[in-house]
Amino acid sequence: MACNSATCNPGCLRDASREDGEKEQQSHPTADDHGACNGDEHVSNRAESLSNSICLKCKLNETIAASGFGAGLINGDGGRFCADCFRSNLYWKFRFSVTSNDMISPADNVLVAFSGGASSRVALHFVSEMQDKAQKNFEASRDRALPVFGVGVAFVDEQSVSTDHCHEFDIAIEDMKLIVSNLAPPLKKFLVVPIESVYTLEPSNGRERLKKLINTINDTTGKEDLLEHLRMLALQKVALENGYTKIVLGKCTSRIACHVLEATVKGKGYSLAADIQYVDARWEVPVVLPLRDCFSHEIDLLCCLESLKTVEVFRGKRSGINGLVSSFVKLLQEENPSRESTIVRTAGKLTPFHFNRIPEDNKSHGPAASQRRQRKRILKTDNLLSQESFCPVCNCPIKMSDLTTTTHSEDAQTSVDLMELCCLSCRFQILPAELSSLNLFHSFLPDPIVARANDARSLNHSWLREQIEDCLLSDTEVEA
Amino acid sequence: MESAAPAAKPKGRLCVICNERRAALKRPKNLQPICRECFYAAFEDEIHRVIVDNNIFKPGERIAIGASGGKGITGYRDDSLETVKRNEIQYGLALKVVSYKDLYGWTMDEIVKLIGLKNNCTFCGVFRRQALDRGAALLKVDKLVTGHNADDIAETVLLNILRGDIARLSRCTSIITGEDGPIPRCKPFKYTYEKEIVMYAYFKKLDYFSTECIYSPNAYRGFAREFIKDLERIRPRGILDIIKSGEDFRISTSTKMPELGTCERCGYISSQKWCKACVLLDGLNRGLPKLGIGRRRELNNSKNANQENGTKNLQSKQCGSLDF
Repeated sequence: MACNSATCNPGCLRDASREDGEKEQQSHPTADDHGACNGDEHVSNRAESLSNSICLKCKLNETIAASGFGAGLINGDGGRFCADCFRSNLYWKFRFSVTSNDMISPADNVLVAFSGGASSRVALHFVSEMQDKAQKNFEASRDRALPVFGVGVAFVDEQSVSTDHCHEFDIAIEDMKLIVSNLAPPLKKFLVVPIESVYTLEPSNGRERLKKLINTINDTTGKEDLLEHLRMLALQKVALENGYTKIVLGKCTSRIACHVLEATVKGKGYSLAADIQYVDARWEVPVVLPLRDCFSHEIDLLCCLESLKTVEVFRGKRSGINGLVSSFVKLLQEENPSRESTIVRTAGKLTPFHFNRIPEDNKSHGPAASQRRQRKRILKTDNLLSQESFCPVCNCPIKMSDLTTTTHSEDAQTSVDLMELCCLSCRFQILPAELSSLNLFHSFLPDPIVARANDARSLNHSWLREQIEDCLLSDTEVEA
Repeated sequence: MESAAPAAKPKGRLCVICNERRAALKRPKNLQPICRECFYAAFEDEIHRVIVDNNIFKPGERIAIGASGGKGITGYRDDSLETVKRNEIQYGLALKVVSYKDLYGWTMDEIVKLIGLKNNCTFCGVFRRQALDRGAALLKVDKLVTGHNADDIAETVLLNILRGDIARLSRCTSIITGEDGPIPRCKPFKYTYEKEIVMYAYFKKLDYFSTECIYSPNAYRGFAREFIKDLERIRPRGILDIIKSGEDFRISTSTKMPELGTCERCGYISSQKWCKACVLLDGLNRGLPKLGIGRRRELNNSKNANQENGTKNLQSKQCGSLDF
């Protein structure tokens, strides 16, 4: 009997998943007995798919590979599952991430960041589907106790910092609007967010200042990373202004594996754990990654099967450290298909931070909803709540020993103060080395970063005070 | 960073440190143009600083230096060993040659002939690590120094991430390891770039031997090393950044480490009944060289399953030579 996703519960799928794993192990000796297995992973998969063209899970339909669909995308799953079971399994991974990490509550208003790519396209599709199901449940229930979460879509427009492609860009925007309007009802608001909106200025002035800011940075990787930080700032701003309570990113396992190595080679091993969890609530609007356990090849295959349209938005070739890491991970993945998974699993064992869970006060909105959670991921984090300092530029938590202690004024008025507040990685690859360029950079910074620098200064100062508080005399306190 | 004054001299640039002599090299670590004398001073001073800051040595301690050679590889062994013997004479240091043949009864040539190219690094890594300890014990020294440099350690950090080895990830950046064991081993070159070591040896005209092992053509280790070289080209300090990340990873210290005891057979330190070297050696002597390769529980699996798992495991163990 085929397992219909509407009636399937997580336990059933997980049991099936485990069973599939065991069968996969058993099938290897079979392939070996046939003499087809010569140690080559691809040959092994092909032999396996030829000898087992029936879906491992439902035992009824042909596997995706056997049906000849998407031949170029054959991977483990395509050779083992039929289209329906593959899709159900992927959606289950998404939904399990959401429920076990309290990502979305009924009272939430969710903003899905959509870049046009496959990952964010699937995130958009699944969030929309989840909302549609919740809406149907709401209408079917008698008491209608729980509301249905809202969904909006945002695209960050980085035209102002790219070279050209204006006309193609407009076509891409129209395509995105069409995609959003074709989602399951209710109608989603689609917001095009210029990245220069991080400035509270007239658009043309913001564009000009942003260009100047980027141009003060020499390092290619530094430019890329600053743009990524600004992208998040723009999303945060538009979410706050439009009443959204969560931001959904389409980051998948493959993207996270690259990030693990990118952070490692930039000396950001300390803060890496913060970036790769399901939930990141260091921001005002918490950021969640429901596709964290899905691989890019699975996502590509799903887009193919369901004809989910993606949009090509030119973002330039990544030629610095980030590009090198992407090439490296791609090479490793070709050599061993489980490499990305291993990388993310290794990094997943690093200790998360206290903000890597939904803040407690949010739960007060839905006490009944909390009781309905089937299971929650128990996240061991450190509980040193008040001692974390964050880099004003990239917002990563900073290791205490990396902080330089100074007794400057309370306000981060000078660029040198800014430098001392930043993490070592940003100091090297984003902040200009020359003092005059640094001053220029500082003057071009958007307001949220300046505000964060001021906050960091105050926090730093009060932390220093805590260290010496037991030695202070009472009149000194009065004086302060 | 202070920029060099415009050079009045027609020939080349001036050293950015002394501003007097002509720059002879660009320092691999930061690409600064400096003269030879300043490079020597900076190189030696930095290593000295690392040794002092980390309390690597104490007065009165006897130190053994692990020098390469003695693995029983035709060509490689003879040439590298000849170099080490000349070093003994040049520096007036006592040299103790410990060969695999002496300790285990097998040369690497013989091991490779039996097991092939794919797994021999596992044997070499395990045997060499134990051989160093045995040699140090014979000499009755207090500490053992290895020449692992920044490139090696950065590579190990990466490999432990790629292999999913969180336990090793938490300790592969330690500058002193095995302090609770019989003889601690130290890595004074932890922050020293490989290129700078070669440059120092070149300019000082030190007698050294340099070649790749003929039995380790495996691609996996090469992937990581190639990546690090590319990274160094784009951003020289990337190597130190990887090491810093390795030092800063938030890894729970409550992760259970295996209890250490001694091997029933040879007395070497081991968390199992037999140490790894004895397991591998037993396999060799019984004509079952793959016996010790792969995870322990898989030894009980069926023959085919064991082969399959062994095949997968060899990939993640090929870099045994970098196990610290």
